[in-house]
Order: sequence, then C-alpha cells, then structure tokens
Amino acid sequence: MLTGPQGLPRTITGACASDLLSYVMARAKPGYLWLTIQVHPNVVGVAELLELAAVVITDGQNPEPATLEKAREHGVTILTTPDPTYAVAGKLYGLGVR
Amino acid sequence: MSYPVLGGGFFLAGRAAAETKRRLREAGLAAELVRRVVVATYEAEMNICIHAVSGRIHLRVENDRVKVVATDRGAGIADIAQALRPGFSTASEKARQLGFGAGMGFANMQRCADSFRITSEVGCGTTVTMEFWPRPQTEETGP
Repeated sequence: MLTGPQGLPRTITGACASDLLSYVMARAKPGYLWLTIQVHPNVVGVAELLELAAVVITDGQNPEPATLEKAREHGVTILTTPDPTYAVAGKLYGLGVR
Repeated sequence: MSYPVLGGGFFLAGRAAAETKRRLREAGLAAELVRRVVVATYEAEMNICIHAVSGRIHLRVENDRVKVVATDRGAGIADIAQALRPGFSTASEKARQLGFGAGMGFANMQRCADSFRITSEVGCGTTVTMEFWPRPQTEETGP
C-alpha cells in the first residue's frame, strides 16, 4: 500500500479491470477496486469521483510521483502488485469479489 | 455557476467534474443522480481538455433537475453522427496510451443523461447540453 490514510474498507463492493478511463467511468461503482496499469494522476481523479475503495496498480508498474502526491492530498488509496492484471483479477474473483 | 476548462492537455481534467460533484452533494441530490451527472460532466470536460482550446462547464440545479452545458472554443466537429459512434475517436496516440480517447465519451454522456444535445461549428467550437432528472430506483439505470 503506497497511500491510504483510511486504509481499505472492510467491504469491497466489486472490482473493475480496465486501462480505459471511460470504461471505468461507465462500469465502476462506489467501493470497487480498480485494477489498472495506468500510473498518471488522472487515475486518482477518477477514483475520487467514483468513490472507489482503492486503485490497484498491477504488473509491477509504479505510480508517477504526481499521482502519489494527488492520492495523498485527496485521500485515495493506491496499492501496487508485481502480478499482472489477469492474475490479480483471478485471485480477487476466487476470494469472492464479484 | 460555471467553471473554466483549459484545453491542450488531459492532466488538468477532472476539476470541473469534482467541483460539480461537491455542489450537487451540497444541494442534497440523490447519489444515483449525482453519479450520472459527474460521469457525464467528466467526459465532457475530458473532451474539452483533449480537443479544444478552452471551454466552460455551466451547471444549473433546479429542485431535483440538473442541467450541464459544456461549451468550447476549438476545431469543432464536422461530422457529428460519426463522432457519436461508439469507438470513433480522433484523440492522439499519446492520449490513447494513457487510457483517454477510447471513443466512449459521448456514449457515456448519452447513457447518463436524460436529455442530450450537441451542436458544433467547424472552426468555432462545440456545445453539449445535457439534462438529468431522478430515475425510479427499480429501473436499471445504465452505467
């Protein structure tokens, strides 16, 4: 976990895996996890507008410094993982996040 | 009220949508309605950032109805029917790599809004007018 003053909520309402911002705007709902390889600051803007539980940056990608700064400023949680999006999605699905 | 939107770069995008969200929350509107307005406003704002020189987002709230007018100075759209077709985009390769310009913006706006109008003049600019009102809770509300 790179940022996240509030940590993760106890309940994750769902998840969305996409690198297209408009797709996420259309599909993700409050409390969702968002799996993406995008690392720029607009990711934080989208997560905040949609009230997502956290952004999971996959595949060993590192968020840009400006992204982390904006996330801290706006209280958005960012997680990173070396696993690719497909693997993370599979694990989450197996854990019951539908 | 209205908010200025600068063109020429997507990194500034999202401020007008965030401000819109704050205002609608303050006005005590239903979460479902706020969400649709915010998604559509974000897409309109993003279009201005990517394609126009500059623009404004005008927001009006009357009871539980919301009107958003996004207007810009820019190249305009020669073929509106083509621009509205899902998947069509004139965004740069760079914009696409960053996850913008997927040709989903107008589709998102149309799905979220209860009324959608677009006018454009080539060489002058584009205006998108959207109206929103509460939808019955039982109805599948789209996005």
